[in-house]
Amino acid sequence: MRIVFKTDYMQDIRPWKDRYQLVLYLLLFALMLAAPFLMDAFYLGELNNVLVWAIAGLGLMILTGHTGQASLGHAAFLAMGCYTNIILMEQGVPFMLAFPLAGIITGVVGMIIAIPALRLHGIYLAIATLAMSILVDDIIVLTEPWTGGVGGKYAPSVNVFGVMVDRWGTPREFYYLTLGVVVLVTLGYINLLRAPLGRSFIAVRDSEVSAQAMGIDVARTKAISFGISCAITGLAGALMGLFAGAFNNETFSVIISIELLMMIVIGGLGSIHGAFLGAIVIGFLPQFLSLSKEWIGAAFGNDNISIPGMEFGVFGMILIVFILFEPMGMYGRWLKIRTFIELFPFYRKDMFKRQKSYLKTERLR
Amino acid sequence: MDILQLLISGLANGCVYGLIALGFVLIYKATEAVNFAQGDFMMLGAFMTIGLTNTEYMGLPFWMALPISIGLMALFGYLLDRFVIRRMIGESQTAVVILTIALGFVIRFGAGLIWGHEPQSLQNPLAGKELHLGGLVLGLEDVAVIIVTVLLTWALYEFFNRTKMGLAMQGASQNQLAAYYMGIPVKRVQGLIWALAGGVACIAGILFAAKGAVDPSTGLMGIKAFAAAVIGGFGSLPGALVGGLIVGVIEPFASRYIAAGYSQIAPYALLLAVLIFRPHGLFSQVRVKKV
Repeated sequence: MRIVFKTDYMQDIRPWKDRYQLVLYLLLFALMLAAPFLMDAFYLGELNNVLVWAIAGLGLMILTGHTGQASLGHAAFLAMGCYTNIILMEQGVPFMLAFPLAGIITGVVGMIIAIPALRLHGIYLAIATLAMSILVDDIIVLTEPWTGGVGGKYAPSVNVFGVMVDRWGTPREFYYLTLGVVVLVTLGYINLLRAPLGRSFIAVRDSEVSAQAMGIDVARTKAISFGISCAITGLAGALMGLFAGAFNNETFSVIISIELLMMIVIGGLGSIHGAFLGAIVIGFLPQFLSLSKEWIGAAFGNDNISIPGMEFGVFGMILIVFILFEPMGMYGRWLKIRTFIELFPFYRKDMFKRQKSYLKTERLR
Repeated sequence: MDILQLLISGLANGCVYGLIALGFVLIYKATEAVNFAQGDFMMLGAFMTIGLTNTEYMGLPFWMALPISIGLMALFGYLLDRFVIRRMIGESQTAVVILTIALGFVIRFGAGLIWGHEPQSLQNPLAGKELHLGGLVLGLEDVAVIIVTVLLTWALYEFFNRTKMGLAMQGASQNQLAAYYMGIPVKRVQGLIWALAGGVACIAGILFAAKGAVDPSTGLMGIKAFAAAVIGGFGSLPGALVGGLIVGVIEPFASRYIAAGYSQIAPYALLLAVLIFRPHGLFSQVRVKKV
């Protein structure tokens, strides 16, 4: 049983609660650094995939988890980041400049899109972003001179501080590139949440009316949140493009948008951990399914079961179970388990109970 | 004449969109939730009818299969609410959206398991018959689709505005807690509305499968029906139908008069335009909330 006593105002301000927590995260970081030496190239690739998804998840988490605006269209910004990065590099911009620029351009475009979109709320925003995500497919085909249209594009190997990094040629270096971006984004995210801006995001999520009463410019806050969210998603998209090697208009479909949203819900809305936990589920589910298919096949003496679309079916079922029984996601469940252990005999069932909100409409009839 | 022909086929397509949109609006009107799986409900209803009627499955007579499949879908809607959606009372709207998206995935998966992934068409007595009106050649199915849709919309509209149950449904959505206090059985009302939405989706599915072919991913067409519902203002039954008709009519005209590649954008571009300029639809029912 470990109890954190507050003895210092710094404890509220600094990113970690106490030394114990800091040591845990440093250990995790050390483990991630050592990962390429502990696993073979295939699993390293999978881990890399998980990290790329986690960055995208962090991007959406800012918007959905912390500002409370559900977006079903973030694949559009993945696509934009990916194409901006590659097109800039084709124009001769070095990767170290093209990569952050891809993020910034995506963020700015996202913010411009957000200004009309954020007059909508709840369902309407979700539908507008969904429509946007569908349109991106067609827009990529229509702007073929730049994007390569249906034929798609191939990602070249990139030069990071003089080291050539390529998904297939040098998986280890590519992994470190991804890890570096993950660490930077995560630290930025943690700091954002400590800053007034991040606090105002949370205020807007919890109650727009109260946020306004506290002097927060709700529209501006939402637009900034959308912009930051899109910028991070753009970075993830750029990495995703490099990771995939080849991509075209169908790579970033609506399904990816929906998957992304589901991922952060499974992980746990409103927590940085949630993005990572969700990414682990998304990343390893296909592997897990194919393994369990083999296992079931072997058990029943029929080694060739193929069920098309099973991935999404299972994914949907996991999600339903989570929403019904653990709306706070995997991280929420972990918090409960941890509290149970930490307070051992004193944990009570209703400790994490939330106020229910019964609906009132804004319609007239 | 050409234009008129395009118009009629567009209207028939639009009616199917309108019917799916009706399902959205029904649920939205009574529970303020949006059922993203409505398109998949439609697909399931279509497959259920195909499973009952088509000769390679059960081969029941068409007119007998209709009420059975509509009833089954209504039951499906009710049970879904009873065991899944009802637990979400008191949770946020977004959670329900994500839940229904996940339900859509599961339904698509289930339908693919049972009926396979090939497109199938409903064997029906109206298939292939044509109606000659002046110089116009109309498929009898198209005419049936339009008539059924208009009747259904009218009936539902009257139901909502005239009957006690309809008013109770509106009350339950306007303020759940107050409706409880007034003695409206909110949970039962919600169950009924899901059953109703299931039935309507089944009718949409039957009409769609009679006109063309369905496969498990047909449910994704529900996204177009969203456009219809949004254009109509999400909460107005006639609005949903009009929105569906607009989307349905725009499609054939866009593919005829606008360069290929741009035409399939049209419904979504319209959707975005409506959302930007009239955020609550053409038939708005919302006022700015006062604190």
